[in-house]
Amino acid sequence: MRQAFVISDNIITSLGFTTGENAAALKSGQTGIEMHDDRRLAPSPFWASLIDNRALPDHFTEYENPEQFTRFEQMVICSVMGALKDTSIPVSSERTLFILSTTKGNVEILDSKSGSRFNEDRLYLWNSALLLQQFFTLFHKPVVVSNACVSGVLAIMIGARFIRSGAYDHVIVTGADLVTEFVVSGFNSFLSLCSGPCKPFDKDRQGLSLGEGAGTVILSSDQKLFGKGERIIAGPGISSNDANHISGPSRTGEGLYIAIKRTLEIAAGESLSGEAASVDYISAHGTATPYNDEMESIALTRAGLQHIPVNSFKGYWGHTLGAAGVIESIAGIYSMRHNLLFGTLGFHTPGVSHPIHVIREAREIRIDTFLKIASGFGGSNAALLFYK
Amino acid sequence: MDYTSIIRDYCIIRDHHVIRGDQVVFTGDKSMPPASFFTEIYRHFDMNYPKFYKMDNLCKLGFLAAELLLKDKNLQHSDTPYETGIILYNASSSLDTDRNHQNSISDQAAYYPSPSVFVYTLANIVIGEICIRHKLYGESTFFIEKEFDADRLYNYVKLLLDDNLVESCIAGWIELDSDHYDGVLYLVEKSPSVTNGIVNFEPGKLIEIYSRRS
Repeated sequence: MRQAFVISDNIITSLGFTTGENAAALKSGQTGIEMHDDRRLAPSPFWASLIDNRALPDHFTEYENPEQFTRFEQMVICSVMGALKDTSIPVSSERTLFILSTTKGNVEILDSKSGSRFNEDRLYLWNSALLLQQFFTLFHKPVVVSNACVSGVLAIMIGARFIRSGAYDHVIVTGADLVTEFVVSGFNSFLSLCSGPCKPFDKDRQGLSLGEGAGTVILSSDQKLFGKGERIIAGPGISSNDANHISGPSRTGEGLYIAIKRTLEIAAGESLSGEAASVDYISAHGTATPYNDEMESIALTRAGLQHIPVNSFKGYWGHTLGAAGVIESIAGIYSMRHNLLFGTLGFHTPGVSHPIHVIREAREIRIDTFLKIASGFGGSNAALLFYK
Repeated sequence: MDYTSIIRDYCIIRDHHVIRGDQVVFTGDKSMPPASFFTEIYRHFDMNYPKFYKMDNLCKLGFLAAELLLKDKNLQHSDTPYETGIILYNASSSLDTDRNHQNSISDQAAYYPSPSVFVYTLANIVIGEICIRHKLYGESTFFIEKEFDADRLYNYVKLLLDDNLVESCIAGWIELDSDHYDGVLYLVEKSPSVTNGIVNFEPGKLIEIYSRRS
């Protein structure tokens, strides 16, 4: 059977411009979430993980003139370039597909008082796709996935499916989103922002912290393209809807439970290590809102995974929306390669009704199978398995 | 993989018309803005789902098209509701509601962002609304394309069917940008055998249906 090998990756966040820099920060328990008092983003101070305003264009200058690209586009391009550095996939080939995952893309252009020098046409996500096609001389126009907070996991899952089915040989998956006045005001209106760095799964969790970032995973059917370390395979995975509420998670964790259960059934059918007991590690969505974390604890328990080590990365990077599924999958892949579990920053006292095995501090453990899960507005949920 | 995939039915909402089968089943007043036309459709077909009034225009369009598409039908495998997927595409994402939300925060003297508006600033909320209404737990994804791309829709839905990830799929184009709207939904299913009068699921047929005008 054809498989989707993880060939290369990159993470760009407030904690660094490479996967290595980000992993080093995670190891030392550093958070990128800080208090910001910026009237262009919110009328009062708020906590978020923001990429330094000068660092991004400085970095981007290596490739192109930053004046001609939005912050969103710069972040995407830097991340793709970062991932391409370590590999030799034929980027312009007919056998290569690019998948972009984002919720809001260039939405800051909508803000007339930001004095954006970019035309409103640039707002359309298909236009972002065309810009990337041109920049990277891609054969196909990129596929754009815009499916709330599960976009990133979906994008990798879809990429892996295209490789497994033989539709493409190489898939570049990039997830990216910015912290804008648009999203800060929206989450604020939901009263879902935490006054301080978020505390996933904790008794005192009060809500999420927003973050911005980009992540890129390159998948290929050709494992020879991967140079060093243990091979990691992406997929299978499943998405499922709660069919319950557009902004609140299901009280029974129905959609997430179905997604996990079906993913493990497919894995078992393919005689991978699909028995629930053999999942070594789970990277939760763990936004630190009271309802999300509670729902995840219910779904994981229903799936019989309550004893498996689980963490949330939201305490380091905040919730990076359309990038979250990609950068958190990369952190999980890093954990697999280095047999090192990262702790859940902000978690101190268990605070969900169904006891699950939340990891507090980094520790060494052999990880052969890693399950990434995500849930989002619109009742969307996704589960994706990575294995060695 | 021994099956034929068919387009069991479709629904088009476009240019003040609702098209089912080969027929225009409802025509609205040309001067009506989308919101009023959508409410006319809701009333004409006697739908009883008060949540409709809370939805933004993109969701109303998708909801109405799905409502008419699935009317009087039992979906295959209704005992396993995760076997029906929803795969939607459009060009403008949720931009129509994005503008509303942005307007509510653009003036610091009149800063009133609303959660009931903000929740609709994601394209996939329309999928959520359809799933809630029809109790569907299956695979779903919202994709963005400049224009309707029959090959892309076909290739991805076919992959889901071939991999047995879905047994049936609601798929199509649900686009809304200010006064422009264009809704086309197909119901694609696996069929154990080829029956008379059934349209095979293939890109050419998708385009033929998509291109139908009143």
